[in-house]
This record gives sequence, C-alpha cells and structure tokens, in this order.
Amino acid sequence: MMELLFEGLIKAFEMIISGDPEIVEITLRTLRVSMTAILVSTLLGLPAGMLLGLARFPGRKLILVLINIGMGLPPVVAGLWITIFLWRSGPLGDLSLLYTPAAIVIAQTLVSLPIVTGLTATAFQQIDEKMILQIKALGATRWQLVWILMKEARLAILAAIIAGFGRVVAEVGAAMMVGGNISGETRILTTSIVMEVSKGNFDIALALSFIIMAIAFLITFCLTFLQQRKRPE
Amino acid sequence: MKEPLIVLENINIRTRDRSILSIPRFELFPGEALGVMGPNGAGKSTLLKTMALLDLPGEGTVFYRGKKVTDHSVLDVRRRFAVALQQSLLLDMTVHQNIAIGLKLRHRSRREINMKVEHWMEVFKISHLARKQALHLSGGEAQRVNLARAMILEPEVLFLDEPFSALDFPTKVQLLKDIKQVVSKTNTTTVFISHDLTEIKYFTQRMAIIMGGEIKQAGSTAEVLSEPNAYAASFIGEWSRLLT
Repeated sequence: MMELLFEGLIKAFEMIISGDPEIVEITLRTLRVSMTAILVSTLLGLPAGMLLGLARFPGRKLILVLINIGMGLPPVVAGLWITIFLWRSGPLGDLSLLYTPAAIVIAQTLVSLPIVTGLTATAFQQIDEKMILQIKALGATRWQLVWILMKEARLAILAAIIAGFGRVVAEVGAAMMVGGNISGETRILTTSIVMEVSKGNFDIALALSFIIMAIAFLITFCLTFLQQRKRPE
Repeated sequence: MKEPLIVLENINIRTRDRSILSIPRFELFPGEALGVMGPNGAGKSTLLKTMALLDLPGEGTVFYRGKKVTDHSVLDVRRRFAVALQQSLLLDMTVHQNIAIGLKLRHRSRREINMKVEHWMEVFKISHLARKQALHLSGGEAQRVNLARAMILEPEVLFLDEPFSALDFPTKVQLLKDIKQVVSKTNTTTVFISHDLTEIKYFTQRMAIIMGGEIKQAGSTAEVLSEPNAYAASFIGEWSRLLT
C-alpha cells in the first residue's frame, strides 16, 4: 500500500518535471473548465443568493427549498439531464455542445450553482435587519448598500465560493457523461483517474490524484488566504 | 413661530390585522430636542423610521421644510439626517473607517473626510481607538463611535433610538452629557427615543407619548411630566410625579 502511494508520488513528480504533454494538456483543461464553471456559478449565484437572502417575495421559500435540494444533487443526475437536453434530438441539440468542454462547464456549473447560491443566501439572511436600516440611514444608495453588505458578508461569500469550487474540482460523474472523456478534447483530471483505475494503472491514477489535489490545495489556499487576511487590531 | 422642519400628515402604517402608526399630523421644529416615549410595540421605532425617511409610508405624506418628500427626493433629504440606534451596528472595519463611511458614501474628498474624522474622534474622546477594529470595542466605546459616525454628517436632524439603553450607568451618564453638549453646541435638531424618563427629562424640551401607534400627548416635557393626560399617566404614572 505504502509502496503504491510512494510510486504514485514519484510518478507524479516525473510527469510534472518531464512536462508530459498529455498531462499538461489535461491539467490545463481541468483548470480552464473548473475555473470557468466556478466563475459562472459565482456570477450567477452571488446576486441570486443576495436576492434570496435579502428580499421577501412570494415563492422565495420554495426556491430556497429547491436550492437546498440542489446542493445534494447527485452529479450523475445533473449529467443525465444535461445529456438529454444537449442530445442531438434534444431541445438544445442544435448547439452541438455534447462531448465538448462547454458541456462539462455546464454540468459543473449546475452542481456548484446551488451551493454558491444557497450558502450566499444563508449569509445574507443572517445580516441583522437593523444593520440594513443603519446603512440606509448613513445615506447609502441601493448599490452602495449592496456593496457594503457584500463586504460585511465577505467571509461567508468566500466560504460559499470555496465550497462550490470543491464540488467543481471533485466532480466526475457528470463530466464523464456529458464530456465523454475524449482524449485531447474533453479529458480532465478526474475522468482520467477513473479511466486509469479501470485500466489497472494505479500508479498513474495516483499521480493524477496528487496533481488534482495540489491544484485544489493551491486554489483553496489562495481563497482562504483572501478570506482570512489579517485585519488590524 | 418657526416653520416646522418635518411634518407628518395623515400617516397610516398597518400590517394585515393591526395599525402600527396612525398620525393625523405631527411636527418637528428646528433646533428642538424632542423626546418620544411609549411602551414596547407602541410604534416608536416606526415613527423614527418614518420621520428619518428610512421607509416612506404607504399612506400619508412627509414634508421636509414644507416640501413633500417623494421617491425621487427621499435619498437627498435622508442624507440631511443621521440616525444612531440602540445597538451600535458598526461595520467590520476600523473605527476610523466606520466614522468616515457616511462621508465616503457622499463622495467627499479624502482630505475633508480625514479632517472631519479626526475632529469628531476628538469630540467623542476616541482618537486613541482610530486604528482599532470596531467589532473589538466595548459597549461604551462602540456607542461613542456610533455617535461620532452620526455627527460627522453634520445632520440637520439627529435621530437617537435608545442609544444608551444597553450601557452601564456611569457610561450612560457620561455619554448623555457629551451628546447633549455636542447637540447644543451645533444646534442640531434631535429626536430622542427612550424608555428612561430621567434621560428624556434631562435631554428634551418637548416630548410625545405614543401608544398603540397613536400620539396620545405631546407638549413641553415639563408640562407632559407634570400634567399627563389619562393615557400618558397610565404609562409614565407615578414615576413622572416622583421626578417633578
């Protein structure tokens, strides 16, 4: 067991140092796809979460329930629905997105969006209503109010993005289904790991897992650093 | 007779099943310190929110200097006021930044902001806290920052919603003395909501008793305390007689 882990670690170093073109390509694609997905999730989820957290309108609770259900949405189910929609004869078949990186971005966005939205909504629900009143009383316009509240909730917002990124980077079922794990086109680190394990290449699978863990660690480290920046006493 | 600064006319604020505020007419005059008292849930905070234009009433009109306040003019008028609530509700930033925030929202120059922040920190004796994180302050310190944050706006009307109720007695007395001195010196019109008759008596020249969303008695503080009507007497009762 330890020998296998050690071999995997050595292999990972070899792959990185030798600059194995396939690994570099897969890693870059993984980064591109995951970062796009989390960016889209943040751009959509942040305003939606703020709206759900701050505004009161009919159907809001139902939407919150659906979002909470969405947080636990099994990625393969998301993958299945996206496949149906993008299938050649499906409603979005004309876009020819199935088995492209764009399809993986859609799948990853779908599984991370409820997390970003739901956690952002919770963060804004926790803001004291009197705080909103006080900011208004300070003379804030509507946009200034939103900006100040975002700054007040920045820790929770970054936590939502970190959680969403965790989901995106770990996602494999949907990416496999909508991307097809096509070499040179839609293969990403998680789908490669599954493929290498099925082929019995545990050392390569472990090496890939170390690379993906390093990426996840680096990005989460940066986001956490941003979140926990030292404030003056 | 001075022209009123703020006039509330035919204000009606209701929830589905009850009236929160029902005021045919109420006036606030420039330079006065008006006290508002009433039991819990009487509508004091709703009255403050309406007068401070934090919410425009669905029914009725607010006039400021004789002009009707509309959706269009509300921000401009609201920016002439300042509000300090019971909880200091400071933002997660330094004391200096908290005091500066209102002027920043008005896009004032950095030089002007720094100059005014220094001045008001000195007035409220908190200059030594400038770089301290606001959320680490004691209750008294936080309320001083809250008052400095309000006064830096040089408001035409200062609204105080029980700002001292959560403070210990010596802190409360000191702060009450300090804010009264500042308000007198700047001739700032003040609306002061409190549960404490001694605070009202010390701070205000005119007072209103609000119960069930209606103003039951309004007049000079001395008059209301010495001759409360039946409604006012049922609320301030014996306590007012002890104080007069």
